[in-house]
Amino acid sequence: MTLEGRLVLALLEGTVTGCILALTALGLSMVFGVMRIVNVAHGEFFMLGAVSAWYVTSTTSSFGLALIAAPVFVAAVAVLVNWVILRPIRYEPQATIVATIGLLYIIQQVVLSIYGPYARTVAPPFYFRIDFPWFGYSGYKLAVAGLAAALLWAIWRVVSTTTLGLYMRATQQDQEMAQAFGVPVHRIFAVAFALGAALAGLAGALIIPIQPAHYLMGLDALLASFTVVIVGGLGSLGGTLAAAFLIGLSDGIVSVFFSPTLARIVSTALVALVLVVRSGGLFGTESA
Amino acid sequence: MSAKRISRREALKAAGIVVGAGIAGLSPRPPVPSGLRQLVYAAPSGGTPLRIGFQVHRTGIGAVYGRWWERTAAAAATYINEKGGMAGRQVRLVGEDDGTDPARGAIAVEKLASEDKVDLIFGTLFSNVVIGSAPRAGELKIPYLVVSEGYHVASGKMNRYCFQPGITDVRAQLTAISSWIVNNLGRKITLIYPDYAFGYDHRDFWAKGATRLGATVQALIPIPPTETSFTKYFSRIPADTEVLYHVMVGPGVPTFVKELGEYFGSKRPQLFGFIDSLEGVDLASPGLDFLEGTHFWEAFPRYAGGYNTSFERTYRERIGVNASGASVRDPKDVSTYSHMFGVWETLFVIKQTIEQSGYKRPGPKDYRAFIETLERFQTFSEGIGHPQGPKKFVGKIHQAFGQQFISRVDGKKLKVVHKTKIEDSLYSPEADYTKQPL
Repeated sequence: MTLEGRLVLALLEGTVTGCILALTALGLSMVFGVMRIVNVAHGEFFMLGAVSAWYVTSTTSSFGLALIAAPVFVAAVAVLVNWVILRPIRYEPQATIVATIGLLYIIQQVVLSIYGPYARTVAPPFYFRIDFPWFGYSGYKLAVAGLAAALLWAIWRVVSTTTLGLYMRATQQDQEMAQAFGVPVHRIFAVAFALGAALAGLAGALIIPIQPAHYLMGLDALLASFTVVIVGGLGSLGGTLAAAFLIGLSDGIVSVFFSPTLARIVSTALVALVLVVRSGGLFGTESA
Repeated sequence: MSAKRISRREALKAAGIVVGAGIAGLSPRPPVPSGLRQLVYAAPSGGTPLRIGFQVHRTGIGAVYGRWWERTAAAAATYINEKGGMAGRQVRLVGEDDGTDPARGAIAVEKLASEDKVDLIFGTLFSNVVIGSAPRAGELKIPYLVVSEGYHVASGKMNRYCFQPGITDVRAQLTAISSWIVNNLGRKITLIYPDYAFGYDHRDFWAKGATRLGATVQALIPIPPTETSFTKYFSRIPADTEVLYHVMVGPGVPTFVKELGEYFGSKRPQLFGFIDSLEGVDLASPGLDFLEGTHFWEAFPRYAGGYNTSFERTYRERIGVNASGASVRDPKDVSTYSHMFGVWETLFVIKQTIEQSGYKRPGPKDYRAFIETLERFQTFSEGIGHPQGPKKFVGKIHQAFGQQFISRVDGKKLKVVHKTKIEDSLYSPEADYTKQPL
């Protein structure tokens, strides 16, 4: 393949990866920002979104319905988790980590028991193939990237212009002060946790026409999300977006021009480098 | 409300724990409930039952295979018990999950042998798990019969206790089909294979066999078995490739095929795949239309009629699989039909060996008789115990050889276009287990 062909492929792959990464990681970053907890089961919300979208699509043959139902279902699970697990342990950071590790295994095994070990995919709602001179590319993939970008923009607007966004930012800056000013901090916690889960669930639902739903798929999503939020700075939404595109593009370029294995090494090395040089993340404000 | 702030170091530590656990095992390691651990598939009656340890991939990336391995083993044990058991003793399967993980595989072997005190162990599939588990079986001196397809048993790298009598190994499969590929599809070949032991067997024996037949290997493209996105690998396929030989495993396979289709469109090279890529996957799944007209190796044709014998029909009915290779109870539940006959046939080999060796109980004397008897077998005749066809068995390398099939995707189904002879798959043994002490 010619150099131009490879470059186009690298940029396409990088952009698509970046958009999906951003959507998956944003929830993790938001939950940390607002609630100061690390949700280790974040990847499982992604997987639940994919699996529930498969169920909805295969029973109603409507992928559009799945795109609504899956994030709603995942958000409902998150609300339940918040109520049954996180509140009773008072959002204690260390306890939350342990509890969400447990939750990760519980969700995985429940899905294995009910859905089974199969890798199942659905037909994309529309299909066209973009024929470049060097290779073809899935139109649906580009549409997913576009939709993810639009969603990210919408979330950005919500956080920066609405009252809910104001409450979330206030809670993030100083919980006690926010509470003193009448911000319903506990309710904001529930909303942030549900919203973070719904974002992951939506990413999972969007991806199943590309990547099949499988009970272990959450692990990769978790790993990718952690990479992004560490590079971008935990809790920083802008940093998460920037890091997702940085990692997505470097992954695309290194994969196409060198090897995908090297791309993994590069992103892992980037994590290490960021931690050593700028431990709060490239765009974060917090230090260890 | 506790407002204690979490440091990023703590966050990272948690991430490290989980990611580390994931990389090590690709799955969590929950304790298996005792009710499941000692699954009794077939109720014993009369005499002491034979307890056969069944190491199975219930979780992890091999779980689709594991599920069907388990159903096939249960169906075989039930059939054998109905016909009077093994040497008059009923068979009881003792299942143990290994999470498709090599380290856990060795623990499963240990547990089956020492705690469950089974008579022997069988059933392991994934080659990395076999390689991780077989040494422990050798140390514990317990017969260990795998259904794995890899060349590791025949290579002589396992030990005298490790056998593969129910399924042909990869090297033999490739030996049998490579001339058909080179003569019918093309000579410039690019290989895409999973980046672990099973994939290396394909890489090594293709390179050897293909060059002997006058073909050239254009490029070797290994892909990690947990990969989820594949387009980035395809830019490495040389433009003059005539045949793209693909063998992939794991949950990423449908994506792999779909992205291959998007990438090449109608300008594709010839494709030849191992059905391992699509075991457990419906060929009518969205995005697989691209495979129409391409060829696959099958060990045992998934669609009824591909190998039309009364034994095949009985076997298919007993394991509960319909004419399209899916579960009769749920047509969405597609089986791993091309491979799981190996589980059935291995249990019948165990039956034959136990009956001829006079095996009674675990211990050096009876194990010696079992192993030496099995090593003396030269053939297994076609029948209900060997529905995939007759087998040649080479005792020196503990490996069975059978016929292979090549099928074309035709109307979203696989249609057999070529069947090899057993002789096509033979190669000269590079090892002799019978010289190892017991």
